[in-house]
Amino acid sequence: MTAALAIIEGLTRQFEAASPPALAGITAQIMPGQVTGLVGPDGAGKTTLLRLMAGLLLPTEGRLTVCGRDTVADARALREDIGYMPQRFGLYEDLTVAENLELYADLRGVVGRARAERFERLLSFTGLAPFQDRLAGRLSGGMKQKLGLACALLQSPKLLLLDEPSVGVDPLSRRELWRMVYELVDRGIGVVWSTAYLDEAELCAEVLLLNEGRLMFQGDPRRMTARVEGRVFLVQGLTQGRRELLERTARLPQIADGVIQGESIRLVMREGAEPPTREALGLSADTRLVAAAPRFEDAFVTALGGQSRHIETAGLATARLENGAIAVKAEGLTRRFGTFVAADNISFSIRRGEIFGLLGPNGAGKSTTFKMLCGLLRPSAGAAEVDGHDLYRAAAAARGRLGYMAQKFSLYGDLSVRQNLEFFAGVYGLRRGERQAAVKQMIAAFDFTAHLERNAGDLPLGFKQRLALACAVMHRPAVLFLDEPTSGVDPLTRREFWAFINGMVRQGVTVLVTTHFMEEAEYCDRIALINRGEVVALDSPDDLKRTARTAERPDPTLEDAFIALIERQSEKEAA
Amino acid sequence: MSPPRDRGGRWRRIRGLVRKEIIQIWRDPSSLLVAFAHPMLLLFLFGFGLSFDANVVRIGLVVEQPSPDTAWFETALTNSPYFDVKIAQDRRAFIDALTAGWIDGIVVVPGDFAARAARGDMVPIQVITDGSDPNTANFVTGYAKGAWQVWQSQQRARAGAAMVAPVVTEPRFWFNPELKSRRALLPGSIAQILMMVGSLLTALIVAREWERGTMEALLATPVGRLEFIAGKLIPNFMLGMGAMAVSVVAAVWVFDVPFRGSILSLVAITTVFLLVALGLGLLVSTAVRTQFAASQIATLVSFLPSLFFSGAIFEIAAMPPILRALAAVVPARYYVDSLQTIFLAGDVGPLLLRSGSILAVIALAIIAFTVRKTRMRLD
Repeated sequence: MTAALAIIEGLTRQFEAASPPALAGITAQIMPGQVTGLVGPDGAGKTTLLRLMAGLLLPTEGRLTVCGRDTVADARALREDIGYMPQRFGLYEDLTVAENLELYADLRGVVGRARAERFERLLSFTGLAPFQDRLAGRLSGGMKQKLGLACALLQSPKLLLLDEPSVGVDPLSRRELWRMVYELVDRGIGVVWSTAYLDEAELCAEVLLLNEGRLMFQGDPRRMTARVEGRVFLVQGLTQGRRELLERTARLPQIADGVIQGESIRLVMREGAEPPTREALGLSADTRLVAAAPRFEDAFVTALGGQSRHIETAGLATARLENGAIAVKAEGLTRRFGTFVAADNISFSIRRGEIFGLLGPNGAGKSTTFKMLCGLLRPSAGAAEVDGHDLYRAAAAARGRLGYMAQKFSLYGDLSVRQNLEFFAGVYGLRRGERQAAVKQMIAAFDFTAHLERNAGDLPLGFKQRLALACAVMHRPAVLFLDEPTSGVDPLTRREFWAFINGMVRQGVTVLVTTHFMEEAEYCDRIALINRGEVVALDSPDDLKRTARTAERPDPTLEDAFIALIERQSEKEAA
Repeated sequence: MSPPRDRGGRWRRIRGLVRKEIIQIWRDPSSLLVAFAHPMLLLFLFGFGLSFDANVVRIGLVVEQPSPDTAWFETALTNSPYFDVKIAQDRRAFIDALTAGWIDGIVVVPGDFAARAARGDMVPIQVITDGSDPNTANFVTGYAKGAWQVWQSQQRARAGAAMVAPVVTEPRFWFNPELKSRRALLPGSIAQILMMVGSLLTALIVAREWERGTMEALLATPVGRLEFIAGKLIPNFMLGMGAMAVSVVAAVWVFDVPFRGSILSLVAITTVFLLVALGLGLLVSTAVRTQFAASQIATLVSFLPSLFFSGAIFEIAAMPPILRALAAVVPARYYVDSLQTIFLAGDVGPLLLRSGSILAVIALAIIAFTVRKTRMRLD
């Protein structure tokens, strides 16, 4: 029996007396030689718990012993034994890779011959050796993260604390990071990995599941997942109408959760409910209902009560007929920055009423393409059309047809919900009568009545997101552009968000979405995978998965497909 | 295994932090801008823009009844390098110009001027000035009186009746014989510049670490607060000295301010003063976490008090007692005294020693308080 690396006893942390505690009565242990996942939605208290463990915050109540030292009395000595990577990696962006390492080596007392050896090992471990003289600010997201990890590992800590290391990092880099962390664990280091991505929980030996500051579950994630064993089903063989079906089933009392997964719908039954039948779900004869292996996310959503609210989206968009007409067209879009070609001859077209995904590793040209399509960036060559209007020649007309929701929600934090809505209605040039009608409708559709006078900055994340969406669709755009709309949001809020989107799509709105998040990509009808400025693949999620099918991996996930396709392109270019 | 904690560890960590800071200063132009562009800008503003000497006063001369006597007076005014004179016969011609600020004053020579002068009477002239700008108004009055007296004595000399006044004052202005205000203002403004630059430098770089998320990573290492503070003070001290050097060079070479003291005493007194300024910046940074707030507060607590209460521009002796008491704790005041002495008078040992020790006490107090307030945690 090995001793626990961290002993957490009745830990409570309160920031402001008036608000509920960030952490309430947490008792848990963290063991060496394994990855402990700190899992939960945004605002669950993950970062607070990590900071408490690093001795960066003081507990309000309770005790915390890390590496045998009390985090209050012995913080300085404790810091010799832990490695900590904060959310933004804690790198000095105007220092080079080598200079960052040297600074942390000085601070952590790695000197003399040990230093040279250590640098060599870490640089080869992270694959950063060729980039030693590059400024940290010039590294890609994945490389920054590896450098952050190297800096946290300099003095071989006993306990490594990683705060959301996989946020904003593409699947390829994420997978490499996990491989590196497993290597550390094999050497006996204890790793705490915090994440809002529930699929990462399955990679941990043990998870602490946090929600609203409370510990909901501690243990082997498989034990949690097993709770919904036998209750997960896939509806397959749907040729169309997935979104209607999802909306319909979500209302059934026996269904705890439902999501779109490519061409299928994934359903989780409530505890004690009968297995579903085609008749009960109102499915046609050519569909198949098959049992599926449960995932951690299924169990998590079910444990939180499942999805509940029915979302009314009627009237949020002007109904558009002629589904299938081209709504967005990109023709040979090219953008050069100096000699660097960020996007090279990108062409695709999106049909009306389609959800189209733009995926790709960091720095692949995805954001450049997205910005050109929103009219935020002028292409060096090529043309783009939105709802029949040339984006560069008839910019005003084209922009009037599109709604844009930025990753960081461009809301005015000091304005109330109502004021934000009114402001955006004005910005879109709605006339007085229309403006009032639009604001009223948004309030009703998104259920803002209770929060109308609250400042947008004080809203919970889920509401902020809803408000951002409401502000983006005030003028009933034909095309909606979403930039990583649900990164870092908990699965329940994400489902709700997509229910809104699905409702609007059914009324003929076209959606273009960029994301790193494979769950989100599953909602797309088609996906364009972009790497090194080129479209590598363009197909439906299921067809992309099919291309990655191999003998060893008969049922690849979208992430597997993503990685396989990217690697295939790299091999082709190397050959 | 982590190595045992060694005594050399502290110096190694400080060295590491200082090296990092220097690289950052070198690569990120904002610190260099604050340290060098900022002082030059302020110095040129103070040097060219701020002066208490009115060079050319624009006046309107009203001669209600021209005569040979008034012509003499006219010549006396127009010949003076201090006046730019326009002439009219009616004061109404100048009223609008004075109101609009196109001229600084009106001198009226009354209609019975010649007659009275011939009789040897007291001859009044009227000087009308714009009281909304008291400084200029005083100049106009003073210069006009001066010109008047010159004219009167010329008159007497012409009449061959040179009267000998019983007492003659012959003022000598030591250290600044031409009484050029720039010579006193520029050394004073160097104090303001250093106060502002010093506190901005440290306040901004610590806030920057918070904004960029590097502070959190730094706190999670075994760095102690003394090491952290030393790591910020040392490189910025060097920058501050650089700012002082360019300011002094510019003051002496561009603005022709004499430098009569020694470089050694300049460096010594600047050292303690910079510690005050840098310490104040660090103290500000313990309370704020954004660069915007840091620059606002640093300006508020450093630049403004030294502008008003250092005695460089506003005379402390003329302030009400409460403000005089306040001025006594404004560090820039002691530095202004020292700089004016070093530049204009030379090394006056007792004065420099006194100011230096007061500054040293303030610096120690601020840095000690900063060390106490610096938390090596996030809350």
